[in-house]
Amino acid sequence: MTSPRLPAIIQDALTETGMTALSPAPTIDELEQVARSLRRHILRMIAAANSGHPGGSLSAVEIVTALYFGGILRHDPKHPDWPDRDRFILSKGHGVPVLYAALAERGYFPVAELSTLRQVDSRLQGHPVQGITPGIEASTGSLGQGLSIGIGHALAAQLDGRGYHTFVLLGDGECQEGQVWEAAMTAGNYRLGSLTAIVDSNRFQLDGAVEDINSLAPLAEKFTSFGWDVAEVDGHELGAVSDALRSARADRERPSCIIAHTVKGKGVSFMENNNEFHGKAPTPEQLQIALGELND
Amino acid sequence: MPSTKLSLPMGRATREAYGDALLELGKSNPAIVAIDADLAKSTFSWTFGKQFPERFHNIGIQEANMVGVASGLAACGKIPFISSFAAFVLCKGFDQLRMGAAYPHLNIKVAGSHGGISIGEDGVSQQSVEDIALACALPGFVVCVPADEHTMRRAVHAAAAHRGPVYLRLGRPKAPIVHDPSTPFAFGQAIRLRDGDALTIVANGLLVAAALQAAEDLAGRGVEVRVLDMHTVKPIDDDALARAARETGALVVAEEHLHHGGLGSAVSTSLATTVPAPVEFVDLGDTYAESGKPNDLMIKYGLTAERIIAAAERALARK
Repeated sequence: MTSPRLPAIIQDALTETGMTALSPAPTIDELEQVARSLRRHILRMIAAANSGHPGGSLSAVEIVTALYFGGILRHDPKHPDWPDRDRFILSKGHGVPVLYAALAERGYFPVAELSTLRQVDSRLQGHPVQGITPGIEASTGSLGQGLSIGIGHALAAQLDGRGYHTFVLLGDGECQEGQVWEAAMTAGNYRLGSLTAIVDSNRFQLDGAVEDINSLAPLAEKFTSFGWDVAEVDGHELGAVSDALRSARADRERPSCIIAHTVKGKGVSFMENNNEFHGKAPTPEQLQIALGELND
Repeated sequence: MPSTKLSLPMGRATREAYGDALLELGKSNPAIVAIDADLAKSTFSWTFGKQFPERFHNIGIQEANMVGVASGLAACGKIPFISSFAAFVLCKGFDQLRMGAAYPHLNIKVAGSHGGISIGEDGVSQQSVEDIALACALPGFVVCVPADEHTMRRAVHAAAAHRGPVYLRLGRPKAPIVHDPSTPFAFGQAIRLRDGDALTIVANGLLVAAALQAAEDLAGRGVEVRVLDMHTVKPIDDDALARAARETGALVVAEEHLHHGGLGSAVSTSLATTVPAPVEFVDLGDTYAESGKPNDLMIKYGLTAERIIAAAERALARK
C-alpha cells in the first residue's frame, strides 16, 4: 500500500520486503515529510472517530517515524510474524493512532482502513490488540505492562539464539506505575542488551502535569541506577532520535533507555502543551486548521 | 479431619506433584519455561528450575512483572508455566493476566499454590479463597483444581498440551490419594468415583476426599450417593451434571473457596440451563478464615464430611 503524499524514496521503501530496512536510510527532510504525513493521518483518524488521544500520539511521531521509516527496525510488513523481526511494543497504548498510521504506510494493512479507527468490526481498536491487527505485538492500554512483555521477548531471543531487538515505548506519566520499575529492575539485573525502553516524555498525563501530580525526577538517574544505559534526546529531532535508536540497536551489554523530551500535541499550534487534547478529538473546523498547518 | 471409616492412603501435596510433572515435561518439551516469584521452593517449581536453569527464572517478588514476561515469552512460542501463591499471582497479577494472557489468548499456564485455607497457620493474607472466581472470570481460561498427586500430574501434562491459558490450583498439605494413577484425565470431564441414585456430591481439591468419606457414611445409613470429582471448574462438565441431576435428583457441591464464583456457582449456572435440581453448598461462605492448624480450620469453617452429610440431608429434603 502506497500513499501519493510520500516522496519517491519512501514509496520505494513501502514496496520493499522490509528485510533490508537497515540499508541506507532516507534523508532527514524526507523523514520529516513522513512525520507530517503521519500527523495528518492521526488527526484525520481521530476526527473521523470523534474519539481518541491526539496529544500523546503527536508527541511520539518522530520516534515512530525513525523506527519504521528511518531504517532502525528490522521487520517485514508482508510477514508480521517473521520470528527474527525486531519488536516494537507500544506500552502507552492510548497513543496507538501514530502506530496504526505507520503500520498502514509501511503496508501492514491498507491506509484506507485507518478511517475505521474505533468503529465496530474494525481491526483498529481504541487501544492496541495483539492478534487482530498485523504488526501489533502486545495488547496494551492498561499502563505499565509493556516493558515486562518486552523482557519476555528478549528472553525468548536469548533462548532461541535470535538477534532481534525489542523496543518498548512508554509514556512519562506511565512511569508512575510500579510494574515499570519491577521490569526496569529485572532487565537491568538480567543485562538485557537487546531491550530498549523509549520514554515519550511529553510532561503531561490525563489530569495535568506529571511534575505536579507525582514527579518522576530524576528519571534518567532512576534508570541509570537500575542498570540501564540512558540517553536523553530532543524527541522531535529526527537525526538525534535516529542516532540514539541506532546506538541502542547496536550490540550492548545493558538495556538502553532513551528519554525523548517531547511536546504533547506537537505539530498543531493549538494542541501543543494543551492538555485538553490528551483525549479529545478535534472538531471538523479544528481539523481543517490543523491540516493546514501540516502541509508539506 | 474427622475420624475415618475410609482409609484413603495419604499422598504427596499437589504442589509437589506439580514440580515433578513440570520436570517430566521439561525433559520432553524444550518450549517449556518456568518463572517463579520467590516462592520456587514452596511451589516446587524449583524441581524444574534446578534441572533446567537456562529455562527457569526466579524473577523475585514481582508477580505483575512475572505475568507480563510470560506474555512476551508465550508470544514468541514458548510455553511459560508461572507459579506463586495463588493469592499473589491471581490478585497482584490479575490485570496482567487479563491483558497479557486472556485477551490475546496466549499459551500461558498459571500455577497458584497454597490454594484454600488448608495452608493453615500463615493466615488470611496467604490463604487464596477467591482464586477460582478470579480465574473463571477471565475469558478462555481453563480452571482446574486437582484432588491428588495423580490428577495433578495429569493436569500439568494436559495444560502443556492445551493451547491457551490454564489456571491450576495447587495445595500445600499432603493430599489423600483418591484416584488410580491410570484414571483417564481430560479437562472438562468429571471423574465418577462412586455411584448411587439418591444424590450427587460434586467436589474438587481436598473436598473430594471429604466427599468420599461422606458417601461412605451415608451408605452406612442406606443412602447411596454418586461422587464426582469436578476437577475442571471451567469448562464445567455440563453433561455429567445434567446426568447427575436427572438420575439422582439432588446435588451437594463442596469446595475450599468462597461461596461466590467458585465451583458452586459453575454447577448452578450449568444446571439452570439443563436439568434444574436442588443444590446445597459446602464452602467458605462470604468470609475470610484465620490462622490455625489446617485440620482445625477445616473443621471450624465447615469443610468436612459431616457438613457435606448435613448438606445432603437438606438437599434430599428438597427432592
